[in-house]
Amino acid sequence: MTAAAISAVPDLHQMVSRKFRHRKWRAIAAPALIAAYLAYVFFAFDLPGLMSRARPENAAILLGDFWSYKTHVTRDNRSGEVVSAIEGERKGEYPPGQAPDWVSLGEVTRIALPDGSEVLFLEDGSARLDIAGYGVMAMALAGRTIELNLPPGTDKPEWLSQSKNRVSINRGGWRFAMTPSKTEVFRYQIGWELFFFTLDSPFHGRSLPELAALALWQPRLDPALPNAAAMARDFWTNAMWRHGEVAWAMFETVLMAFLGTMGAGLIALPLAFFAASNFAPARALRFALRRLFDFLRGVDGLIWTVILSRAFGPGPMTGALAILLTDTGTFGKTFSEALENIDAKQVEGVQSTGAHAVQQMRFGVIPQVAPVILSQLLYYLESNTRSATVIGALVGGGIGLLLTQAIITQKDWEEVCYYMVLVVLTVMAMDSLSGWIRRRFIKG
Amino acid sequence: MTLANAALANETASYLAHVRRKRLYGGALLALFALLMLSGFKLANDRNAGGFWDGLHRIFDFPAEIFSEAFVNWRNLPGLFVKFVPSLIETLNIAAVSTLFGALAAAALALLSTRGLSLWPRMTPLFRRMMDVMRAIPEIVIALVLIFLLGGGPVPAMIAIAFHTTGALGKLFSEAAENADTKPVEGLASVGAGWAQRMWFGILPQVAPNWSSYALLRFEINIRASAILGFVGSGGIGYDLKTALQWGQGKYDAVVAIFALLFLTIMIVDHISDRARARLVKGERAA
Repeated sequence: MTAAAISAVPDLHQMVSRKFRHRKWRAIAAPALIAAYLAYVFFAFDLPGLMSRARPENAAILLGDFWSYKTHVTRDNRSGEVVSAIEGERKGEYPPGQAPDWVSLGEVTRIALPDGSEVLFLEDGSARLDIAGYGVMAMALAGRTIELNLPPGTDKPEWLSQSKNRVSINRGGWRFAMTPSKTEVFRYQIGWELFFFTLDSPFHGRSLPELAALALWQPRLDPALPNAAAMARDFWTNAMWRHGEVAWAMFETVLMAFLGTMGAGLIALPLAFFAASNFAPARALRFALRRLFDFLRGVDGLIWTVILSRAFGPGPMTGALAILLTDTGTFGKTFSEALENIDAKQVEGVQSTGAHAVQQMRFGVIPQVAPVILSQLLYYLESNTRSATVIGALVGGGIGLLLTQAIITQKDWEEVCYYMVLVVLTVMAMDSLSGWIRRRFIKG
Repeated sequence: MTLANAALANETASYLAHVRRKRLYGGALLALFALLMLSGFKLANDRNAGGFWDGLHRIFDFPAEIFSEAFVNWRNLPGLFVKFVPSLIETLNIAAVSTLFGALAAAALALLSTRGLSLWPRMTPLFRRMMDVMRAIPEIVIALVLIFLLGGGPVPAMIAIAFHTTGALGKLFSEAAENADTKPVEGLASVGAGWAQRMWFGILPQVAPNWSSYALLRFEINIRASAILGFVGSGGIGYDLKTALQWGQGKYDAVVAIFALLFLTIMIVDHISDRARARLVKGERAA
């Protein structure tokens, strides 16, 4: 060891121990800072207030509605008419004189319920409930008030609520309500009812083998159309689920993403040449283009959406243009960076064979940047499919619009679930499609 | 000699044929692409409320309108800037917290779904699918559902963005972790380190620069997302923008102030994070 090296040891020792002290401090300070920030956010976001405002009962409604539906059996207490309808909607109404198989119509309407209970709508306008594990109760209308007779010797159970002109019962799997104007039973069942065919379609309620038989060899139900075509038509025009409109909306969303991304690529590519230092001779132009790209990216998609929807009105074109403008900025930046990073030798080689400028670009430059450009385009196509959903919600087009509309009603959660599944599947399909194209064209 | 010449000529002919075929395919693809673009454009135009060509000359009407109003009331602008700074901070807070939580969850999911590092190797496909689904659900859907459950405010937006961030960062994190050297992990395993210790001391130091760089990029994206979610009703500057727009004329100076604040914030954050990322990835001296 030389003298110089020996004299350097204390210095080295000092340096190392100083670095250690720094590290120790940082190891404590960073988590402490994050914790302090989170504590600040805890109060800034008013989390204690949130707990009090949260509506957990909504969660039960939402989760239940995601995968179940309810059927209303309603008697109009004035006319005595009994109607069954899915979700209580007009589109889900059973034709007069028909009902689900757990309802038997007649002088007395008998409604069989899943826990073994039975509800009877009697001829005189009163109702009799035989509730499993409890007993029989009766209620009748007396003018504008409802008289309730519980089984003798029982107290009012907690699942029953009563006021002067309303009695309602909630038994989980089913509910009952009586008011002077109507008597109603709601029964919850699992599934998305009428998903394929609505009640007015002749194909409703048939099993899969039956449908296959009908489609393949059995005689036509509708003389004008082959059965398979009629099935497709009934499915496509399903009034409850509106598959046709939903498919169009989904297509619109993908279209927005496609037009926006590809349009941005087409505009950004030539501009990128003028913004790349090794191609553009004019410095001023280069500077101006770079600022333009920064501006396009900085004015966020939200602002573009607001401005464009004033000019073009709601619809997919507006959404596509908003995506196009933002992405032109992004692509301009990344493409010009890719162009600056190319290997000049290849261009020189092409030049040495006597190629002119356009040929140099085509054979010297494009092959080098094509993989970068293609993978950028594909990546953004996938990510924009998702953005297009959000932008659609703002500009009023595509699946985003349907989603927000369904959420705002606060009761069509099964439709929200359906649209969500569609969006997720579409985005995943775009993801694997772009992955496939990338593997096929870039890695060879 | 003639035989060789003939072979050469044959070769040349087949090469030229190959080139012609390639060009034909390329041309056909290009034509198909152009056709798709044109018909897509036409279709989108037909389904839009206003047409493209009608709207094109009106594109500057709205900016001109708001800017001329803001120009007349320019004295209001400084006051408006100050007024909207709290909501801007809320928007930034939403983005920061959701990036933080999203990145933490993404780190865990990424390590669990990386081949060779996972705690339960058989479960990797499950964690991958989980991240795919988290990535695919648009933030707006989660935000709107949570607004229904929790009421308005920043928390629904925060959770929604964090959820999406977890999926998006998880994929990038796991790609970075895949390229990490496994020797330190083996060394740690040989001295009896547990899974968490192996990851903390063996993998994290290697991937930290890349991961932080991705997280910063995500923070930029999340600022934009949180502004948009404010627009559909969960606090921050987007909500102020919506109210100002609904008010319409007379409030356009507020609209301009919000546009300017949002624009400046995005530009500044982009710039800072650009520099920080260059330093993180290329080393201390690069920036």
